[in-house]
Amino acid sequence: MLQSKPKLNVLEKRAEIIAGLKAVLPERAVIGDDVSLKPYETDGLSAYRQMPLAVVLPENEAQVVAVMKFCHLHGIRVIPRGAGTSLSGGALPLADAVVVGMMRMNQILDINYADRYAVVQPGVTNIAITQAVQDEQFFYAPDPSSQLACMIGGNVSMNSGGAHCLKYGVTANNLLGLRLVTIEGELLEIGGKHMDTAGYDWLGLITGSEGQLGVLTEVTVRILRGPEGARAMLAGFASNEVAGACVDAIISSGIIPVALEFMDKLAIHACEAFAHAGYPLDAEALLIIEVEGSDTEQTEMLARIRDICAVYNPVSMRVSQTAEESAAIWKGRKGAFGAVGRISPDYLCMDGTIPTSQLPNVLKRMQAMSDDYGLKVANIFHAGDGNLHPLIMFDANDVESFHKAEAFGADILKLCVEVGGCLTGEHGVGIEKRDLMSVQFTPAELDQQRRIKTAFDPDWLLNPSKVFPLSGLSAAA
Amino acid sequence: MILPDTEEALAAAIRGASGPLLVQGNGTKSGMLRPVQAAATLSTANLSGITLYAPNELVMSAKAGTRLSEIETALAAAGQQMICEPPHIHGENQTIGGIVATNLSGPRRVTGGAMRDHVLGVRAVNGSGEILKFGGRVLKNVTGLDVAKLLTGSFGTLAVMTEVTFKVLPVSEATGSIVLRGLDAEQGIAALSAGLGSPFFVTGAAYLPALQQAVLRIEDFATSVKYRTEKLAGQLSAFGTAEILDTDASKALWRDVRDCKYLDIAEAVWRLSVVPSAAPAILRALAPLGVTGFLDWGGGLVNLTGPADQATHEAVCHAAIAAGGTWWLMQAPEPLRAVVNVVPPEPPALAAIRARVQASFDPRGILNPGRLRAA
Repeated sequence: MLQSKPKLNVLEKRAEIIAGLKAVLPERAVIGDDVSLKPYETDGLSAYRQMPLAVVLPENEAQVVAVMKFCHLHGIRVIPRGAGTSLSGGALPLADAVVVGMMRMNQILDINYADRYAVVQPGVTNIAITQAVQDEQFFYAPDPSSQLACMIGGNVSMNSGGAHCLKYGVTANNLLGLRLVTIEGELLEIGGKHMDTAGYDWLGLITGSEGQLGVLTEVTVRILRGPEGARAMLAGFASNEVAGACVDAIISSGIIPVALEFMDKLAIHACEAFAHAGYPLDAEALLIIEVEGSDTEQTEMLARIRDICAVYNPVSMRVSQTAEESAAIWKGRKGAFGAVGRISPDYLCMDGTIPTSQLPNVLKRMQAMSDDYGLKVANIFHAGDGNLHPLIMFDANDVESFHKAEAFGADILKLCVEVGGCLTGEHGVGIEKRDLMSVQFTPAELDQQRRIKTAFDPDWLLNPSKVFPLSGLSAAA
Repeated sequence: MILPDTEEALAAAIRGASGPLLVQGNGTKSGMLRPVQAAATLSTANLSGITLYAPNELVMSAKAGTRLSEIETALAAAGQQMICEPPHIHGENQTIGGIVATNLSGPRRVTGGAMRDHVLGVRAVNGSGEILKFGGRVLKNVTGLDVAKLLTGSFGTLAVMTEVTFKVLPVSEATGSIVLRGLDAEQGIAALSAGLGSPFFVTGAAYLPALQQAVLRIEDFATSVKYRTEKLAGQLSAFGTAEILDTDASKALWRDVRDCKYLDIAEAVWRLSVVPSAAPAILRALAPLGVTGFLDWGGGLVNLTGPADQATHEAVCHAAIAAGGTWWLMQAPEPLRAVVNVVPPEPPALAAIRARVQASFDPRGILNPGRLRAA
């Protein structure tokens, strides 16, 4: 069963519900016809599709409160949605649910450089925050690959990471405050513009809760002054194992680069064809290593890293000489998922994390699985923190190929847990990994989490059918 | 005192408890916040020892009762450190479980994050005696609700942590500081904000009112520290001529900042978290009441001390709330702690959710009742 059973009494009253939503919201904020609803039937996990009952696009916090009160009163399920870029199906609708899209709440409300924060609405894109502060050389640190499109509300809901979180942390480490509306229509103010907050760490709990505890209406982020400069280097190696060992050696040396990314041969070729970044086509594995500081500092740091890489007999090493060259290197990496899409009709993107010392072992076992399943896998991942992104290639027109890809993905994630890691490092559980949760958690651990969800949302109306296996629902609710 | 040797025994003790339990490690922080009325004390002191240390993966696990000093010694032997620099304000017996349960962070919190930012996983026993683990040992993990963060800073009121896993980082090759003298609080905070808004990656920023000094720290490779302290001093020249401190002098200075040596401890101690620009006015407003203090985290952390009476306490709390911030009563005689709010009161909607979350962990309400808020 993909989703919990739709509520028939809600489905039957669809016309009434849409009329009711139009009564509490401006007419332009309610979408009820099937043609206009079509774009909302899926998200970044496009293998799954489901038309919602209706979509609302509130323009302010008061309208969010109105929607929540209405849905709560009538027992209607609610699916929060940002840009719909979730790779785990976090924004996948339900047939009996109202999707609350945040794209019209897209204003930057306040920027303060002396106290180093920005207050934004949830529909502001990730990149727009950095763009708003870059004239003062500030930036917002977490930088998921989808940052041109994805919205900060979605970033908070999924606790998004990015290529530079090795140094700057993930979303949870870069937030100061939130405003959100509960399913009952109550406004909660969490944190503020200061650093630590007394009482329970609601900020930490809500971040990454996948839209199951409330609907965000405002986010206060830390903004940081950027470094004097940054430069990337490429190091190609003769095998995945050797590249993995080199990652270990760099971290062990006391150097924490701002980014440390890994690509295997399949990914190198796909990305090079797309970005023309000068990736070494003869390498089996490639590391992209970025450092920050003044020109002199960059040069010194890269010299130390080159010395370490040299021990592992790289097949090529190249330090970027210009900002354009660095930009091309990152264009290849950030466009990697799209680049793989050019060589395979479809792919599934996995997101497990492993202890970094397990890299060579896990890569070897993944290759064996790839051979067994007869499906290719390209590896592109954040090596410094062990967050893997195996891209499993398949053909969506071939049902058997899709099922094999799903089984292969599940095997990879089970392997991640087996070696001491977890199911998802930054994409979230969503609908995709929901049924694997019992691989990582005991029934008691799942029930404790379900009870927390129940404390916020007693009737399980907020983004249900995600994160927690459906089988245990009645026990907790 | 109940002193279980194993997690299973601790779980059994909770299941078998007939009433409220005072939950602690070595009890060094029992003077913080509200006193707990409990017939029995449950201590994690005998759950001790480092269970995992992988320097190449920047990760350590330790049982909750492990002394912070043991952890810091083991890290130092491998050239690493706790990122958030926990203060040693509660003697040398404090445990890692206590640091995590109180989310206490030192100067590096301003750019490096708090203890809660570095906790990767916990093992804990809830009020029903269930052994639970959340998070793990990897640096990135968004699987399920972040219960490890929720337990961090919860003062043992949700579950008793038995083991914690946290991220660590290498000790920098060198440390440098710049000292700017003769600044009032406004000028001092302006200097710290300018430093934190510079591209030189400041890792400590404090203002010491008694000395009229603003101090900023840089940690990195030696050549970088030399370059950046000089550049920073130049960029802050409008605030006066900076003295530059070497590694040894810097480490001594920041140890004193970390351990609140610049606080002339009176009866009561408060910790306020506010936006940095609000801090000078708070110092000024409270000075006539005999409240003094110093500023860390670029001004975002206001450490205060003063007379332990209700009027002064209310004035301190009011100052924090008026600035949009938050506060903790860190230390005071028990009669005061027992009758006042020790952290800000919650609005009703949040209070209702908090009560339900608390009940979801501890349905009998036996874990540290009243520690954060009157029951």
